[in-house]
Amino acid sequence: MTAVPALVVEDLAVEFRTRSGTVRALERVSFAVPKGETLAIVGESGSGKSVTAYAVMGILDPAGRITSGRAMLGGLDLLAASADQVAAVRGREIAMIFQNPRTALNPIRTVGQQIADVLIRHANVPRREAPGRAVELLRDVGITDPARRAKAYPFEMSGGMCQRVMIAIALAAKPSVLIADEPTTGLDVTTQAVIMDLIGDLARDIGMATIFITHDLALAAQRADRIVVMHAGHVVENATTAELFARPRHPYTAELIAATPDAAASLAALASIPGSLPDLRRLDLPPCRYAERCPRRLGDCDAALPAAPAIPEHVVACWNPLS
Amino acid sequence: MPTLILKRLVMTIPSLIGVVIVTFLLTRALPGDPAAYFAGPAASTEAIEQIRKSLGLDQPLPVQFVDYVQALVRGDLGTSLTTGQPVAAEIAARLPASAELTLLGLLVSMAIAVPLGILAATRPGSMIDHACRIVTTAGVSLPVFFTGLILVYVFYYLLGWAPAPLGRLGIFDSPPPTITGFYLIDSLLAGDGTTFMASLKQLALPALTLGIFALAPIARMTRASMLAVLSSDFVRTARACGLASYTVVVTYAFRNAMLPVITTLGMVFSFLLGANVLVEKVFAWPGIGSFAVEALIASDFAPVQGFVLTMAVLYVALNLAIDLLYGLIDPRARMDA
Repeated sequence: MTAVPALVVEDLAVEFRTRSGTVRALERVSFAVPKGETLAIVGESGSGKSVTAYAVMGILDPAGRITSGRAMLGGLDLLAASADQVAAVRGREIAMIFQNPRTALNPIRTVGQQIADVLIRHANVPRREAPGRAVELLRDVGITDPARRAKAYPFEMSGGMCQRVMIAIALAAKPSVLIADEPTTGLDVTTQAVIMDLIGDLARDIGMATIFITHDLALAAQRADRIVVMHAGHVVENATTAELFARPRHPYTAELIAATPDAAASLAALASIPGSLPDLRRLDLPPCRYAERCPRRLGDCDAALPAAPAIPEHVVACWNPLS
Repeated sequence: MPTLILKRLVMTIPSLIGVVIVTFLLTRALPGDPAAYFAGPAASTEAIEQIRKSLGLDQPLPVQFVDYVQALVRGDLGTSLTTGQPVAAEIAARLPASAELTLLGLLVSMAIAVPLGILAATRPGSMIDHACRIVTTAGVSLPVFFTGLILVYVFYYLLGWAPAPLGRLGIFDSPPPTITGFYLIDSLLAGDGTTFMASLKQLALPALTLGIFALAPIARMTRASMLAVLSSDFVRTARACGLASYTVVVTYAFRNAMLPVITTLGMVFSFLLGANVLVEKVFAWPGIGSFAVEALIASDFAPVQGFVLTMAVLYVALNLAIDLLYGLIDPRARMDA
């Protein structure tokens, strides 16, 4: 890798203590995202995409516990830093936007105030100037009549507009890393494209690294420089977008690509992946969590996961990868 | 906002009409004969009939109702048979005493319950959470007259910190000139610090008694509603934006969590008006509750009618205030207007 990484996550593991047992939600999750690039994290629901983001942001549910790993943002390990240190970089150096923008905004605070709150906290903007700057930010995310819209409440806006507001909030302090957790869920298709373009443009303007979490492999293919495929809390493959689609090596990735709808293909040609995610509370979980669904399973698969290769250009967590 | 107030006021008219009809019928349906009670145990049948006639009780119900409504329109709530005083004047004299006590009780309980609920919700499973649970359980399981008696026993009899539980002021104090009828406010307006302190001392124990009673619902609702809001998406957003935890908890979470708490406050206020009766008895408080109970026992229907009607009007006013407060906090509630 030539570019300087903006965020490096190494060997992240997260557990959730629940009444019915400990859920080992993440294990050995590692990836890096260079400045100015877009990394997509792809996987089914429950594969640990959002948990990874929450763990890095330090906003995990209280039941969740980070059992190992590092998340280096510049020189700071987000997972080892004190709560105050993390709160100081959250929103300033690393920001996040969420799915369902309408519920992600405070329903009883005007959007202008919500942007101003972040500006006052992180961008050293004096309290009196914050409302004016909030209006400028709304203009930057393409909201027409921003001065009037700043005084509106989230329920008075469409989902697409709320997501623009969310983006304005996230980018208010010009962070170096943006995590977008399914930012287009709940928006109609045309709005989705507009929102994705907006995130891409703004990221390019400030040289920001973007981590884009989605279950939509096709969308990831269009937008990301590199794709991390997750399955049941493991990173199964990590490669550049072109490489991943040209030569998928992990059986799960290959199945996932085959299961992606394509306008040219017929419905009959659309494959589905047999089985479902294993129950992560199980004590007899195999080392490779895909083993029980995998058509290429070997004896080695039940021993241990292969160690990550020294050069993380194309990482595959598999003993019997496709060539 | 003025149109909203007007709209809500118009909407209260049907409920007030309903209250007038129901209180009228209820007081007529009560057991006991006011004429017989008023005439006394030694009266002859003719004397009772005579009194019945003079009270208009021999008339058919619809005629009595029309008389009642006509008097109501003039602001006449009738005359108490036992005291001979006009009911309206009695209520006007006693309502401020009850209202002052109830409001102060509510303030005391909010001052304890709301912070307790917030702290319990932000630190689930901690000592303060357990303390919150114990306090609320104790609060609901102790009857008000019992708490009142215990407080009197400890703070008046054992410690001597509180004055004798004999009403709104000590024997040697004189009430401040009446402006609002609230002694605390009137004495402040008159610049009379001595009377203020005296009435505050008298108020402290009964208000605390009511406060302990009201603690449980308010603290529980604050805790539950804070927990719900703290796990909501927009609080997660606020956290992800790195806002200071004070901003997250107070500006983002608490303002949203306040809405169900305010609804609960309205309900608690009406419970307190009811619970007042017992507290007024324990502390010899010249309030409206003890007045109504005495009238009820004596089958004295005019004060009972007046009391129920006053309570209904208070309740309607309270609900209006809560609606307006809702509108102030939640922009979505303003849209209904």
